Amino acid sequence: MDDNVQSIVVLAHLSSLQKSVAFISSFTRNMGFDSRRLSEIELCVEEVLVNIFNYAYPGESGEVKISCRTGPEGTLTIEIVDSGIPFNILSSDDPDISLNIDERHVGGLGIYFVKQLMDRVEYRRENNKNILSMINKSTGVSRPVDKS
Amino acid sequence: MEINKRKEKDVMVVSVSGRIDAVTAPDFEKNLSESIGDGEKTFLIKMNQLEYISSAGLRSILAIAKVLKTREGKMLFSELHGPVKDVFKISGFGSIFTIYDTEEDALKQC
Repeated sequence: MDDNVQSIVVLAHLSSLQKSVAFISSFTRNMGFDSRRLSEIELCVEEVLVNIFNYAYPGESGEVKISCRTGPEGTLTIEIVDSGIPFNILSSDDPDISLNIDERHVGGLGIYFVKQLMDRVEYRRENNKNILSMINKSTGVSRPVDKS
Repeated sequence: MEINKRKEKDVMVVSVSGRIDAVTAPDFEKNLSESIGDGEKTFLIKMNQLEYISSAGLRSILAIAKVLKTREGKMLFSELHGPVKDVFKISGFGSIFTIYDTEEDALKQC
């Protein structure tokens, strides 16, 4: 597949979610990912974006740039860039998923999904921007989920 | 997202279809909270037509479950499939909630 890059810039607000997910879906649709993998990618994009929408720009408005790039051997890189407060999702603690209803906290799951489901996640802070890359290889085969 | 509710004896059967994401999760939570306010205590959430759920949806489910627990109520689930089933599995929600293959199986336990 030839290298191909597409980007959009959206307002860092929940009202941008649908448009952002539609952008990702239309880019990834014909890349050879199966439907389960497409859904996982969509989920992780939502989780990263909602986190930015909620926390990156406290008390002010801001923007998010979303880019999709195809690389060698069907590699898809989704890069999400904001100019908000520094936040490295890779350094956040994982939630304890073994706790019961009473003990279970409501936060932290979205980032956990990203770390669990994407093949590779990279973060860097550059020119006062948070740059998050999610890299996935399209093999036509989804990572199996344990059905036990 | 679309929500249809009907009563089967003491159980409020909630069929939710479409997507529970960060945009629709608050509506889902509000809808069920209203039923709790009306005195409903047992909920069966039917997910056979639910295509997608994100952490925002799980957060709403957990919030409702916590309220129900303080009122000695409960929340059951049936017919999870595809991405929704996977998300329940990865998040541990598949272990903290009781999930049935069919509505019939779930109602037998109520």
